[in-house]
Amino acid sequence: MNLSTTYLGLDFKNPLIAGASPLTGNIDKIKELEDAGIAGVVLHSLFEEQINHDLHAVDHFLFQGSDSFAESLSYFPDSDHLESSESEHYLEDLAEIKRSTDIPIIASLNGVSSGGWIKYAKKIQEAGADALELNITYIPTNPMQDAMQIENMYIKVVEDIKANTTLPLAVKMNPYFTNPAQMANRFKDAGANGLVVFDSPVKVDIDLDELSPVQSACLTSSSNISETLRWCAILHSTVDISLAASTGVHDAKDVLKAVMSGADVTQMASALLKNGTGHVQAILGELVEWAEEKEYVSIEQMKGSISLDHCDNKAAYERANYMRALLTYRF
Amino acid sequence: MSKYTATIDGNEAVARIAHKINEVIAIYPITPSSVMGELSDTYSTQGEKNIFGTVPDVTEMQSEGGASGAVHGSLQSGALTTTFTASQGLLLMIPNMYKIAGELTSTVFHVASRSLAAQALSIFGDHQDVMGVRQTGFALMPSGSVQEAHDFALISQAATLRSRIPFLHFFDGFRTSHEVNKINLLSEDVLKAMIDEELVYAHRSRALTPDNPFIRGTSQNPDVYFQGRESVNSYYLKVPSLLQEEMDKFETLTGRRYKLFDYVGEKDAERIIVLMGSGAEAVDESVEYLGKMGAKVGVLKVRLALPFSIEHFIAALPITTRSIAVLDRTKESGSLGEPLYHDVFMALSEADNEGRLNFKMPKLIGGRYGLSSKEFTPAMIKSIFDELGKEKPKNHFTIGINDDVTHTSLDYDEDFIVEDSETYEAIFFGFGSDGTVGANKNSIKIIGQETDNYAQGYFVYDSNKSGSVTTSHLRFGPKPIRSSYLIQKADFVACHQSVFLEKFEILLHAKEGAIFLLNTPFPKELLWSKLPKDVQKEIIDKKLNFFAIDAAKVAKESGMGRRINTIMQTCFFAISGILDKEDAIEKIKHSIDKTYGKKSEALVTMNYKAVDNALENLYEVEVPNEINSNIAMQASVKGDYNDFVENVTKKIIEGHGNELPVSMIPNDGTWQSGTTQYAKRNVGLEVPVWDADVCIQCNKCVLVCPHSVIRSNVVEESYLTNAPDGFSFIKAKGKSFEENENFMISVSVEDCTGCALCVEVCPAKNKSQTNLKAINMQEQLPLRESGSAQWEFFTKLPLIERSKLSHDKVKESQFLEPLFEFSGACPGCGETPYVKLASQLFGDRMIIANATGCSSIYGGNLPTTPWKKNLEGKGPAWSNSLFEDNAEFGLGFRLAIDKHETQAKELVNELKEVIGEELSEDILSAVQHDESDIYSQRERVETLKEKLQNSTHPHAKRLLSLADYLSKKSVWIMGGDGWAYDIDYGGLDHVMASGNNVNILVLDTQVYSNTGGQQSKATFTGAVAKFAAGGKAGLPKDLAMMAIAYGNVYVSRVAMGADDTQTLKAFIEAEKYDGPSIIIAYSHCIAHGYDLKHGMSQQKLAVQSGIWPTFRYNPDLEKEGLNPMIVDYKKPTKSVKEFMYNETRFKMVEKMNANDARAFISTAQKHADEQYKKYTNLTNIDYSHEAGEKK
Repeated sequence: MNLSTTYLGLDFKNPLIAGASPLTGNIDKIKELEDAGIAGVVLHSLFEEQINHDLHAVDHFLFQGSDSFAESLSYFPDSDHLESSESEHYLEDLAEIKRSTDIPIIASLNGVSSGGWIKYAKKIQEAGADALELNITYIPTNPMQDAMQIENMYIKVVEDIKANTTLPLAVKMNPYFTNPAQMANRFKDAGANGLVVFDSPVKVDIDLDELSPVQSACLTSSSNISETLRWCAILHSTVDISLAASTGVHDAKDVLKAVMSGADVTQMASALLKNGTGHVQAILGELVEWAEEKEYVSIEQMKGSISLDHCDNKAAYERANYMRALLTYRF
Repeated sequence: MSKYTATIDGNEAVARIAHKINEVIAIYPITPSSVMGELSDTYSTQGEKNIFGTVPDVTEMQSEGGASGAVHGSLQSGALTTTFTASQGLLLMIPNMYKIAGELTSTVFHVASRSLAAQALSIFGDHQDVMGVRQTGFALMPSGSVQEAHDFALISQAATLRSRIPFLHFFDGFRTSHEVNKINLLSEDVLKAMIDEELVYAHRSRALTPDNPFIRGTSQNPDVYFQGRESVNSYYLKVPSLLQEEMDKFETLTGRRYKLFDYVGEKDAERIIVLMGSGAEAVDESVEYLGKMGAKVGVLKVRLALPFSIEHFIAALPITTRSIAVLDRTKESGSLGEPLYHDVFMALSEADNEGRLNFKMPKLIGGRYGLSSKEFTPAMIKSIFDELGKEKPKNHFTIGINDDVTHTSLDYDEDFIVEDSETYEAIFFGFGSDGTVGANKNSIKIIGQETDNYAQGYFVYDSNKSGSVTTSHLRFGPKPIRSSYLIQKADFVACHQSVFLEKFEILLHAKEGAIFLLNTPFPKELLWSKLPKDVQKEIIDKKLNFFAIDAAKVAKESGMGRRINTIMQTCFFAISGILDKEDAIEKIKHSIDKTYGKKSEALVTMNYKAVDNALENLYEVEVPNEINSNIAMQASVKGDYNDFVENVTKKIIEGHGNELPVSMIPNDGTWQSGTTQYAKRNVGLEVPVWDADVCIQCNKCVLVCPHSVIRSNVVEESYLTNAPDGFSFIKAKGKSFEENENFMISVSVEDCTGCALCVEVCPAKNKSQTNLKAINMQEQLPLRESGSAQWEFFTKLPLIERSKLSHDKVKESQFLEPLFEFSGACPGCGETPYVKLASQLFGDRMIIANATGCSSIYGGNLPTTPWKKNLEGKGPAWSNSLFEDNAEFGLGFRLAIDKHETQAKELVNELKEVIGEELSEDILSAVQHDESDIYSQRERVETLKEKLQNSTHPHAKRLLSLADYLSKKSVWIMGGDGWAYDIDYGGLDHVMASGNNVNILVLDTQVYSNTGGQQSKATFTGAVAKFAAGGKAGLPKDLAMMAIAYGNVYVSRVAMGADDTQTLKAFIEAEKYDGPSIIIAYSHCIAHGYDLKHGMSQQKLAVQSGIWPTFRYNPDLEKEGLNPMIVDYKKPTKSVKEFMYNETRFKMVEKMNANDARAFISTAQKHADEQYKKYTNLTNIDYSHEAGEKK
């Protein structure tokens, strides 16, 4: 069984990639993942807010209270030599990870607006990343902002990033577009080489003790894979672009389903956080076992085999509601 | 000659040299010298090497005494060693200075000279400290300018190596240490040429070493000690000539010429002023000016004050000298004159007696000037020269004050100024937090470094840490600037906050035709009408060119928040004409690149935008010919105040303190309590507003308010019939209150600093709109008038009787009147809520010894005083002795009070017949455990006093003078962690060991907050602080555990934000405990680097993460057979990282070195986990057998 696949023009030894999560923010864990057989890693995200605002905050608090009272004209040692920021450390970590691993490393940027932070794409390339993943999920709260404005903003970011780097670029998109396939095409036209389907935004909850909305980490399960499969199947058939299935990929069966729906690779985050890095080995074993039992010879063979165009029941992907009458009626 | 210049302050000018020519630096922070140590630490942290190719070792010690000991040891071990200090710090070094000099050891101590604490502490500059160590055997070398400080730091080192006599190089605190001036930098080549390495080897060869053993530091007897003391004479005799040789060598290397006594003035001058330090520069400038007008005057600048060379002194004076005024910047009460006067008098007398004087013995007078940085201006200098021209000039005069008591002072014409058309002078008024000073420092650097102009900057700050007013004095010109005094008439006046126009006479110092720049929120068309009448008049009368900008709006639009620094700096360059406008803008942007380029492009972009927006929004105001405003200046004080406040406090607040004559100043340092209430500073832009409908009446907002501006009360409805509009109240909840009683919260909007701590801590959310609470911030200005009226009404309502309140319940404790209010502490201060709580609980019987530090500054920095008395006239008696002796000072209170009590009891026994048997017995047997006991005793004492008044018993009066000590006095010893953990730890330890009944409150911010955040032994692992620039590597000292080890000390660690009930219990238990008690109180601080409105939630996280354990160790429990240790916090549920990364002090490390940051977090986490085990283990000890044994 040949597990190798290509994604964003890069070769991967199997379709298992570790998606961006706290696990991929730690060099030791990444090495463990590599040892367990992972084919590639998407690093934890570097956020636009981190780049733009983190040092603002530090600068603000270093300045706070200074030059106000004759005895304490400052409260911190000279900070002129604060050359590195979290963003710089991200680059340092990236370079270190590249030095100590042999698998493709995909860096991750998270942001929505144009601005200086985009230049980090270039720095990421210089630090040795093999590809870049861009997460651009934006929650609009302004009712006057129309959809086109927001979509154009996304496209602009992709164009700006591409202007700063020659790295293969994947856009981690969400399913909330009126027509995700159209957006996928626009991303492709703007220079994206691949799509990650989909981002799973953090969960919102309300704390009834504090009477306050709270965010919590979004750990998925296999039951969340539905939209991923649907859109991998649709996009595989409609847009000529690399696809990574994300959200709901937890076990070998999920991987098989994702690849068959059209994904080139699958990204796992929750499953690895829940089960540990050793989970990779288990999945790969099951994957090979299943494929060999069914006499598949390669991932390429099964890729897109149940996509929108290649399946025997398009309606399963197309219909939003289950209609029993249609299934039983025959012309 | 070096072509390198820098625009730096005196501290940096010295530190740059000292770090280059020493191997070991041992220091301790003290204003105004701290910066030298901090810079040295920074240089070493950055790996900067000295001229010998090695990075000097910089060590922070626990006190100046410790620093001098380390210096002595290092010198004796052969390293080139230095230290930096000032004031009391220098006094603490005296014992070692004798040793160092006695052992003929080469070293230079660099001192930013400062006043000594006498009737009061002062951080400002004079020579009292230096003149206090004349006797130690150190050579004294003063420098008078930033350039001289830079040069003499080197020359003194060269001279000490040659002479083996230690040198004390000093320069005026603040005036020189903090003045920014353009100087020529000494190159490393010059340093190497001046420091003879053979002499360094010689120094090293004298080191104690087992490879060449000898003994030094013997104990000598009458037979040889005297001779030994005289054995050094020849070394001292050589110092003047050796120093002059080094000065000459320096001249050949740099072109800058110095003499032991530098004379400046007319060659045939008749009237001479002799002085040292920065004042000599002002005299130099005045002499040149007066000389041009034909006056025969001169100045002799003293470069080597000790050993005093008669020969060089006489030779430096013009032979035409007829009269000399010797000026000392010090005060020696009771002496015939101050030290320099003495020396000059002696020199002239000896020379005259010995026939060495080649002119007639001149008239000689001595005078004092400039104490505590008192201004020393050309007007005063001219007055002294005028005095010297008189037939009988006044001797032992003072200048710069009005001494209407002993009439020592000389009059002077305030309007006399030295006019200099070539020097551009600019004054800027700003708020501490708006960036004005930073912007001006930057402007000076731009002009100093990027043009041929010389530049000088000096900055004045007021007494408050919240809403402080800063004044920047900037001079620029083609000639070196020697004016060592504030600008008197400016070409440019900028007011960066329009509210100042109604408070201060901003335009008083504007020259005719000067430029006036105003930051104002009013639009162009309304601006003129919104100016106060007096301001309009000044603008018209002085024909000022008036420009304005709404900088706050521009800042907001540019993303700068409340920082208007870049905007106002741009405006200054755009309209001052100092530089070509385009050129200036380019230079500002270049400077922005330098400052922010490395950090963040977004910050650069934001500042660029601010520059461009500033230019677009700046406009010239067309000045009408007529005054049309009726707006008057704001009253500086409000309320029902007495004559002292009217005549003294008010004057100081208004900036007229310099005009107060000697007779108006209390002569023994005693000032009236409780005067902050009159100074309505109105510094909070937003203030809390209470929503009665949402409130759950928990009083937590009252508890946490750092400035005591939020108060609550419960009164019967009948008191509220005349309540002013908007005064809210609601039916009081709780069993303690009756049906017809109402609860209310009132806010003193004019005293609030707007920190919002109260809002953050409020647990009651509005049920319909959860972003609102029971207390919410609103803009102050629209509320000022109504809020003020409501507060006035509130303060006149009767207070709930203390006896009706359960003091151990947080809510009820907060109805107790605070006797500490409206201090100048930082907005959101974490210390003052504890201080206030103590004043509420025990204020009417407290006597407080307060260590120097933040708490002594917000507790006692004039003009106003926050400690107050209650309606019965009782309240905290407060004093600050020193930093290094506070525990002992407080113990002294206890010893005296106990003695008074004992003696009073003895007299009660003796006077039983007068007093009556029953009352005597009641008094003598009274138990005073709680407040009701104490109040009962007070009533007995009042009865006793009445009886004594009518008694003719010979000892009745004696008992009367002591009777009040029969009721309990609560002694409190307060201070920060720098005091308790470091400088006075020995004293604290001794006081705890003494077993005496004192209450120690350690306000633990984990840094020396008052001097700007230097690390103490309380500093957490991984926290960045000065002297721990890369983050503190070691663990914090566990002071509590050390105290627990005594077994008979009540010990508690508290964090109000984590557990206010535990805090309250600890205070009450500590005070009740009849023995030493110590409360270590976690205090969030501006030096932690986050928005302090989150202070209480950070405290909670500190406890939840285990980094700050809370517990109480009460030895009284042991007597009952119970375990004295009560751990009040739970096993850590949060990670220390969660706590740490909310604060810049920890977060900074991650920005410098991620690996270090991870290691620090890991160490801190381990420590937190272990601490929990350690403390909980203590609770497992069985004390049940103790009860029987101790009964």
